[in-house]
Amino acid sequence: MHDLDGAFSALADPTRRAILARLAKGEATVNELAEPFEMTQPAISQHLKVLEAAGLIVRRVDGTKRPRRLAKAGVEAMDQWLGALRKALEKNYDRLDEVLGGMEKHKKGEKR
Amino acid sequence: MSKMTLKTEGDTHVIVTRHFAAPPEAVYRAHTDPKLIQKWLLGPEGWTMPVCINEAKPGGKFRYEWTNAKGQGFHITGEYLELQLYSKLVHIERMHLPDATPDNRVETRFDADGNGTLMTMRMTLPDAQTRAGMLATGMQRGMEASYVRLEGMI
Repeated sequence: MHDLDGAFSALADPTRRAILARLAKGEATVNELAEPFEMTQPAISQHLKVLEAAGLIVRRVDGTKRPRRLAKAGVEAMDQWLGALRKALEKNYDRLDEVLGGMEKHKKGEKR
Repeated sequence: MSKMTLKTEGDTHVIVTRHFAAPPEAVYRAHTDPKLIQKWLLGPEGWTMPVCINEAKPGGKFRYEWTNAKGQGFHITGEYLELQLYSKLVHIERMHLPDATPDNRVETRFDADGNGTLMTMRMTLPDAQTRAGMLATGMQRGMEASYVRLEGMI
């Protein structure tokens, strides 16, 4: 079992979430990851270290490069994001059912 | 019973469908009348929408502001691109957290379905990264809601 607390705090930072989002598209080097964030390489490396320690990403050796990709826990985190959005939307639409029920009653009341 | 479907499509789309036991006219009104929107478009437990402006006309603007008991808040602004009365809404929106997220283009259709309505919402984000970011924001809200519940138990 991986470290849930570590994964939670690793995901609390918006830059680290954006890094995961980028890695969801596929493997990337530190340079490629640093580019869209206007951050220095050491700053990005620090974030990568936190994500690695949390078991969300893994590195591969490719000559002098160390490309990162999502680990199983990282993929699961991405799935969870979809699940959380689903929950929030479902709650909204359950409430909308009640609002619509109220509108219908109101309309019938007016006709009488 | 879960009547809603949520799925990603390609790199940039999110598609949501939901059936409602009310005619398209009513579902459309609930999406455009501020007094009705404020009753349901609230996300996780504990959030309210004190400000709801919605000018349902082409080029019309909308602004939704949410807040919770801890004083946290965020808002969404957007503009309508196209409206077909009781059948279709097209708008763009962005979330302010407080920095604005990239524009999300949302097309919502209301089709008669038996005695009710099938709503189909198709979101188009500029790229895969923005879409993942949006989904991650949903997760953050969900986590906040869990923490609030957790605090209640301790």
